[in-house]
Amino acid sequence: MGTSLYIENYCIIESGKILLDGVEVFSSDADSFADFSKEALRHFTIQYPKFFKMDHLSKLAFLGSELLLKDLSGKENTALLFANASSSLDTDINYQSSISDKENYFPSPAVFVYTLPNICLGEISIRHQLKTENSFFIFGAFNPEFMFGYAENLIQTQKAQRVLCGWTELLGDEYKAFLYVVSKDGKIAHTIENLKALYEN
Amino acid sequence: MEALKQELKEKIIAVLNLEDITPADIANDAPLFGEGLSLDSIDALELIVLLDKDYGIKLTDPKEGKAIFQSIDTMADYVTTHRTK
Repeated sequence: MGTSLYIENYCIIESGKILLDGVEVFSSDADSFADFSKEALRHFTIQYPKFFKMDHLSKLAFLGSELLLKDLSGKENTALLFANASSSLDTDINYQSSISDKENYFPSPAVFVYTLPNICLGEISIRHQLKTENSFFIFGAFNPEFMFGYAENLIQTQKAQRVLCGWTELLGDEYKAFLYVVSKDGKIAHTIENLKALYEN
Repeated sequence: MEALKQELKEKIIAVLNLEDITPADIANDAPLFGEGLSLDSIDALELIVLLDKDYGIKLTDPKEGKAIFQSIDTMADYVTTHRTK
């Protein structure tokens, strides 16, 4: 039997609100995700100009990971395990619109580079200097059984000391992110039941 | 020429999403890459698209961009002599 693992901290971003370990730390009346994410960045005084070049999925993943990782020490061996339902469809639609008119055909390289969901993992890795395992999966809905097993395996087999897990679903202005850090430290046991409960808050 | 330089600054800020930067922050002779605005290789490709879309200039060799995109001054010179719209 392996070491008992815990949810070290967690974050939920949904409907104009950000909750950190169950406590609301930011809320906004912004109508769009673009405005909401910009306001959140300002609120937390995060200085990172590259944020404004990211697509919405990366911004969502970046905000959650920033809040969870910024105060953690020894985070260099943190693996990334993310998933969502809509993949990068939000950006795919945006990119497709730039190439749909043959008379006005100007595909944007800066949009194109985000037409894969795992690009958001690259953004997090760059920000936190992580050279670790990372995977992005597509499921119809949040899949706590899979996330639990994969994160446990990464730590129990010593592929990582921590795993930043994330469900980062976004399409248009509908979004929900549930990110959490799994490690050997924490107060909430890393169980499928707890993942379900925290996700449904 | 000054109007074109101002226009280029506004377009660059818009297409490259340079938040918190105004045209006044960009000196005409300041390097756009490296220590200047810290633009990257994807930004360079966006500038190539900008020249095509707004000025009808098609760069056949992306390496040309290095000289053209040195600064607002060099961009404005190139646009003035090569624009087709």
